[in-house]
Amino acid sequence: MYTPELRELIKRVEATRQARLHQEVPRLSPQDKKELLEAFHPDYRAEIFRTLSVGPSKGQRTPKEYADVFEAWSAINPGAFDVSKVDYDVDVLIIGGGGAGAAAALVAQAQGANVLVVTKLRLGDSNTVMAQGGIQGADKGNDSPATHYLDVMGGGGYLNDPELVAALVGDGPLVIDWLERLGVMFDKTPDGTMVTTHGGGTSRMRMHAARDYTGGEIMKTLKDEVLNHRVPVIEFTAAYELLTDGDAATGAVLYNMETEEYFVARAKTIVLATGGGGRLHIMGFPTSNHYGATADGLVLGYRAGVPLAFMDTIQYHPTGAAYPEQILGQLVTEKVRSIGAQVVNAEGNRFVNEMETRDAEAAAFIRECVDRKKGIVTPSGQPAVWLDTPVIDILHGEGTAKKRIPAMFRQYFRFGIDLSKEPILTYPTQHYQNGGLKIDVTCETPVRNLYAAGEVAGGIHGRNRLMGNSLLDVVVFGRRAGEAAAKRAASIKKQQRLTLEHLKRFHAELEGAGVPKERTAPMLLPEYRRTEHAKRKASVLA
Amino acid sequence: MARMVTIYVMGKQYEVPDSLTIMKAMEYAGYRLVRGCGCRGAFCGACGTVYRLKDDYRLKVGLACQELVQDGMYLAEIPFFPGNKATYDIEDLKPNAESVLKLYPEVFRCLACNACTKVCPQDIEVMEYIQAALRGDIAKAADLSFDCVLCGLCASRCPAEIVQYNVALLCRRLYSRYIAPKAPHLEKRMKEVQDGSCARELDKLVKTDKAGLTELYNKRDIEKAA
Repeated sequence: MYTPELRELIKRVEATRQARLHQEVPRLSPQDKKELLEAFHPDYRAEIFRTLSVGPSKGQRTPKEYADVFEAWSAINPGAFDVSKVDYDVDVLIIGGGGAGAAAALVAQAQGANVLVVTKLRLGDSNTVMAQGGIQGADKGNDSPATHYLDVMGGGGYLNDPELVAALVGDGPLVIDWLERLGVMFDKTPDGTMVTTHGGGTSRMRMHAARDYTGGEIMKTLKDEVLNHRVPVIEFTAAYELLTDGDAATGAVLYNMETEEYFVARAKTIVLATGGGGRLHIMGFPTSNHYGATADGLVLGYRAGVPLAFMDTIQYHPTGAAYPEQILGQLVTEKVRSIGAQVVNAEGNRFVNEMETRDAEAAAFIRECVDRKKGIVTPSGQPAVWLDTPVIDILHGEGTAKKRIPAMFRQYFRFGIDLSKEPILTYPTQHYQNGGLKIDVTCETPVRNLYAAGEVAGGIHGRNRLMGNSLLDVVVFGRRAGEAAAKRAASIKKQQRLTLEHLKRFHAELEGAGVPKERTAPMLLPEYRRTEHAKRKASVLA
Repeated sequence: MARMVTIYVMGKQYEVPDSLTIMKAMEYAGYRLVRGCGCRGAFCGACGTVYRLKDDYRLKVGLACQELVQDGMYLAEIPFFPGNKATYDIEDLKPNAESVLKLYPEVFRCLACNACTKVCPQDIEVMEYIQAALRGDIAKAADLSFDCVLCGLCASRCPAEIVQYNVALLCRRLYSRYIAPKAPHLEKRMKEVQDGSCARELDKLVKTDKAGLTELYNKRDIEKAA
């Protein structure tokens, strides 16, 4: 429900609506985009970063909140911890039960591997399930993987790893085909043609969708397949540390989140599919991410010796919800703009093309509010710009918004806002970790037998990911990781040694760098209780 | 400024600001959620919650991440409810009532009492889609159930012990695999992937340097949105 003050402001948006319906707002020139990013994107603010003083990417900078988990002690004392009793002994251990983990599990098991999936929450709990707008894949006549490649490289600032991008876009049609055959309910016309739209920075309309529950629909289907194939899954069990033989990965220390017990798993190969770190809340930004997005896999991989790629760049999704406060930071899918909603300032004027890449779109929002002072300020003090959603129905017919973006419609309707009749308020939210652990095209990291897939890996998206390439990424690289990890496991005949030698080395580095002992990681879950609670907290039950 | 209200978490009283969602109110009260918290954005179904209000016999429902607290709210999260999940090979099935009823014979027992629909926090016509599945209208069951987040509250209230959300998922997969026509452009593209023509075009670009790519990118034509 809007306040009377906001209702007054909406009148200005309504007043200009007709005149701007078919107005063309040109896309930014390369020079304008560069200047906009440098002046207003958080990635360009030096004070938010810290240079890492330990580990394989020592000397690189990363946002302070990430540095705090990389430069942190394990709760395990590697000198005293007993790893001699092996509780699980498998070929492929998959850590994480989201889109990448599920895809990896299905492919690895199909290769004949003995697979175990562990996930700290439920199977399917991930950012995948929240991805709304769509999945890219170059499968239409006017498009090709090569055209897709160009969009990805340009979007990422030409810094992406070319081989990884080729894998992403080259596997695109295969993945769409796989999902179609598994029975993912894509939006189609009656003859079966996929309904596709643009995303920010695309040159072809290759965004496939399942209404605005695209990731949810994919995740539900993959989860169903994991259960149908009876892949062993242990829920509410995190990986707290990796085990190595000194160099190669050989297992993990698991932690039951409910009973607080640890277990030791030996595996010939390990796939980290733990997602990103939105819940680290860089600079206090709200986030669109899942509760479990606490960068655990990054921490584990880093300690074991995997270098980082692009961990100095974070994607802020331009349209996080700015009002009502209860849903602050939750995602307003880019699809809302894809199907016609216009970005409008307090005066009712458009100021940026709605289909710029996310980094530029977000920077333009920040400029409009911070520099040009043409934003809106919500009752809680949050800056915002309008997303004029009623345009969708005006352009495409009454009922379009409710039909094509039902999750968004419901989200706002719950709070008394009908987005097909009233505009909504948005502002950038921490959305995606563009970088991550270094991998090759088989998803193997520089640490032998350790693989990484999905948001935990870096290099694919360069400095900025395009909409719809993350769902594609988790399925493409999840499948690749599953295949490669199973094949490698089949070639390993000797039983591996389980040690924490890598952790001893890492702890020695921390000691040398003077990292405070109370700083520990991985985080596993964010802390949202009040500080008053921490002050009174007492452990009285042994 | 938010007003303080009284809520009862599984019967236990707490004072919390009225501006909070049930989930944030529980955290405010000091609970660290492991169960009953997932995406925090109404997509994952981890936080289905039932509650009653003062002097009202009706059972109300919501997702804890979306529903605001109210004064006198008596609530319990139901993060898990045991449900039967049939296993199957999608390739072996036909999109008809027999497939559904063979895997989930309890669908026959639907009393059409509508308890499932009343309890759905997504406002899905749950009973309608179960009835559609029962008469073999798989397309309708798929369409009606689309927004399901698998919270399981429907199954918790069903006197016929049907696990509606799993029936729905089966119907959506059957519809998409067998009833919706395969995308013709995708089949065509798959042939081009298999004959290597896509990879050849891609290889050329992979070998192009940044200057070359920049030029191609800046000159690329952008498809007009319909």
